[in-house]
Amino acid sequence: MQRTQQPIVTGTSVLGIKFDGGVMVAADTLGSYGSLARFRDLRRVRQAGEYTLLGGSGDYMDFEAMLEYVDELLLEDTTLDAPPSYTPRELHQYLARIYYNKRSEFDPLWNQLVVGGVRDGDVFLGYVDLQGTHYEDETVATGYGSYIARPLLREAYRDDLTEAEARKVLEDAMRVLFYRDARTINRIQIGVATEAGGIDISEPFELETDWTVGIRKH
Amino acid sequence: MSSIGTGYDLSSTTYSPDGRVFQVEYASKAVDNSGTAVGIRVSDGVVFGVEKLLISPMLLHGSNRRVSTIGRHIGVASSGLVADARALINRGNQEANAWKSTYGEEISVKVLTERLASFAQVYTLYGGVRPFGCALLLGSWTEAAGPQLYMIQPSGEAYGYFGVAVGKGKAACKTDIEKLDLESMTCEEAVVEIAKMIHSVHDSDKDKEYELELSWVCRASGGRHQLVPAELRDSALAIATAESSDDDSSSDDD
Repeated sequence: MQRTQQPIVTGTSVLGIKFDGGVMVAADTLGSYGSLARFRDLRRVRQAGEYTLLGGSGDYMDFEAMLEYVDELLLEDTTLDAPPSYTPRELHQYLARIYYNKRSEFDPLWNQLVVGGVRDGDVFLGYVDLQGTHYEDETVATGYGSYIARPLLREAYRDDLTEAEARKVLEDAMRVLFYRDARTINRIQIGVATEAGGIDISEPFELETDWTVGIRKH
Repeated sequence: MSSIGTGYDLSSTTYSPDGRVFQVEYASKAVDNSGTAVGIRVSDGVVFGVEKLLISPMLLHGSNRRVSTIGRHIGVASSGLVADARALINRGNQEANAWKSTYGEEISVKVLTERLASFAQVYTLYGGVRPFGCALLLGSWTEAAGPQLYMIQPSGEAYGYFGVAVGKGKAACKTDIEKLDLESMTCEEAVVEIAKMIHSVHDSDKDKEYELELSWVCRASGGRHQLVPAELRDSALAIATAESSDDDSSSDDD
């Protein structure tokens, strides 16, 4: 059986950054069909369980399939006495196992994922991709963002970054990506995870843009 | 019992001459001998209460639950053989998962009931198996369908109910339920009523201790099946015990 595939409807970069007391994940809402901007409202920042943010780039069908795998895991764990107990760190490792297993069957889930969340004071931000590569870091970016936005995130990152500062960093980085990546739209979502506030994923909103920067003045 | 020694009760493949299947009736006996389970369908949800008889005072509180959940949205209260009930509930979870992965939405409690009833019925047909020694009460609440409550019997029969009781105290509980105005009642009120019912049918001379398990699926719980919050459960239990001790003192006066 020929199972090696290609991504069909794709989402571009997802960015993630830690701040003091939480993590933040951003992605736009475009689903591209090759170079065609086919779907304008695909939500690629999602919640898994009570404590975890999942951002996905790459194939959108595979992203949804992954969400179902996670949901099945959480369902098994649901008891009457306690909420699902998986920490973001555990879900990150679980996803890495799934993705590595699928790539080993030559049937990968074609995604790069950002996994973030807070549980019991442990602020976690990590990355998983279609080969099963996984790591944890203060900043994470997928796709084109790993070339263009990641250096900006690294430069901006501090231990004591506030939530408002982190939001500005992500919005600015998403704006740069919108200028330079041809598979974006300026309609994004930002998901925030904190110990106190749980998970809060914003409705999509538009980024202000300024194209005068590229116009030659005579 | 007239069935014993006649040879008609040795297998569920054999009818008695008057058309009964005694193995199924024995299974129903297992249900009748267990702690009472009550389900009530009210305006904004379904509430379950179970009188869990404790076989030992050394059991951990909250262990061996007799209310459980299928998926996240269907509440199940069981009576009869706990292990049989668990097997049926596991099957229910498989059905719910299969439905979800095929259709992308949660299975309805009606469809689940039909499938589990058919599953239980098959166990009344063959010589190598015995019928399930349990009855299940299944309930859910959705915005579209509102509250729904069903009961599956060992025979494989299943019906929808406004209120239903099984187990030792079912007769008394049924009369109590019939007195309630279920249409206008809320889940919070139903919790108190169920606590009262179960407390009053508990026979403390024959059975030593019991634990009251209370759960609901309702608008307030977002259609998810959950244990009734501890404060509400405790206050309902307090009302139930206070009322029964009032009854005791008044009967002493007579």
